[in-house]
Amino acid sequence: MTDKPKYPAPVTNPETAQFWDSAKQGKFLIKRCKACGEPHYFPRSICPFCFSDKTEWEESKGEGVIYSYSVMRKSPTGPYATAYVTLNEGPTLFTNIVDCDFASLKIGQRVKVVFKPTDGAPLPFFTPA
Amino acid sequence: MTIKNKAYIAGIYEHPTRHAPDKSTAQLHAEVAKGALEDAGLTHVDVDGYFCAGDAPGGIWQMSDYLGLNRLRHLDSTETGGCSYIIALGHAAEAIAAGKCSVALITLAGKPRTGPMPPRAYGPEVDFEMAYGPTTHNAYGMCAMRHMHDFGTTSEQLAWVKVAASHHAQYNPHAMLRDVVTVEDVVNSPIISDPLHRLDCCVVSDGGGAVIVTTPEIAKSLKRPLVRLTGHGEAQKGPNGGRKLDLTYSAGVWSGPAAFAEAGITPKDIKYASIYDSFTITVVIQLEDLGFCKKGEGGKFVSDGNLISGVGKLPWNTDGGGLCNNHPINRGGITKIIEAVRQLRGEAHPKVQVPNCDLAVVHGTGGLLGIRHAASTAILERV
Repeated sequence: MTDKPKYPAPVTNPETAQFWDSAKQGKFLIKRCKACGEPHYFPRSICPFCFSDKTEWEESKGEGVIYSYSVMRKSPTGPYATAYVTLNEGPTLFTNIVDCDFASLKIGQRVKVVFKPTDGAPLPFFTPA
Repeated sequence: MTIKNKAYIAGIYEHPTRHAPDKSTAQLHAEVAKGALEDAGLTHVDVDGYFCAGDAPGGIWQMSDYLGLNRLRHLDSTETGGCSYIIALGHAAEAIAAGKCSVALITLAGKPRTGPMPPRAYGPEVDFEMAYGPTTHNAYGMCAMRHMHDFGTTSEQLAWVKVAASHHAQYNPHAMLRDVVTVEDVVNSPIISDPLHRLDCCVVSDGGGAVIVTTPEIAKSLKRPLVRLTGHGEAQKGPNGGRKLDLTYSAGVWSGPAAFAEAGITPKDIKYASIYDSFTITVVIQLEDLGFCKKGEGGKFVSDGNLISGVGKLPWNTDGGGLCNNHPINRGGITKIIEAVRQLRGEAHPKVQVPNCDLAVVHGTGGLLGIRHAASTAILERV
């Protein structure tokens, strides 16, 4: 592992403010549509699947599996692992796998959410479960 | 309604530079516009439709004024990254078919090696993605990693794409990389972002290119070989709210069939293919999506020199492609159109010219295949 990278603070906006407010309390939220029942991520006010405006915040367990990943070797701040993680609730999201041995990462590996501080709201990352 | 046979490509020009510290980006746009118009036998006064994208300094009205395009009746600045220019080809054909313009100019130019890059516009995803450091390398790396996982694709198979590009580039005096490389060279080059090696990645070049699209009547009045557009498709794909994410296919699964259907042909009819090659994996996924082989069999398809002109079944990117020749301002679309037109005219390098090349596909993606992107496919025919 390298020195702690400095992550940019989320800009946030009225549509996503609750996500970031909850992140400050260590809660990882997704959105679920009451009309079609589908969860989605990143959060929108209008469901991207059925276009209903009946979307609600839902706390995710923050657990999932790695769908795919790539360890970026060429980086001025040191190597990092980009990944897509499929949450137990369904949605697959883009993230980094942190606090891990890059060489042991595998597709299908179980991971869990971990928040990292910024100058604003903390950012969700994933780490081996 | 169809654009089939309603628009012809009358002029092409690829800027010979790959390193332009002594030129402005706008100047490069002007030089490629001038080159394509001269190739067609037209002048800037004839241009009544202009198509440019995110690389055009300031945008379309600044560029059209700078270029002195004072007779424009149709303007289109659709921005979909590197495939903007293949989308523009279709949009130009639509405008020509509808009588909205008669001589359309498409330009691309930039200087990532010697000047500032145009600012990137962020969308509603920004807080949920940018902190994680998405780059072309890791975005395409994630696609390759999953393709390998699902289908057993190997680094050696991907390397064959670069090998084919290098075989073609050796004959192109303007190509950035002219040395023929082997599969071993590729897999022994350093990893940039797993599983992609340095030689799986395209070049970074200054430069640009331009294309002139016109009516059948005007094309036939000019002295150039006749090349027409017979089919076109465009589509987009993204993470889609995280539902059913599958990085092993691209929006080419929609743009490709749409273009082939409009042209009334199948991939088996194609004599030459220009397919975007930001990375070797890009080509493998696109070949599958366009229907040149089944999903998952792209690695096998590209192996053993199958993309090398005169050797394999599908002559591809005979200019050396983005992997070896040119990738102006990190965008591939315009050079893909240009080499396909050279092939159809019989003006490719004799060592890579496909005999009796009368039907070609041009296909590209723009954006990041592993995150969100657009794709566009065009079928071109020599008349």
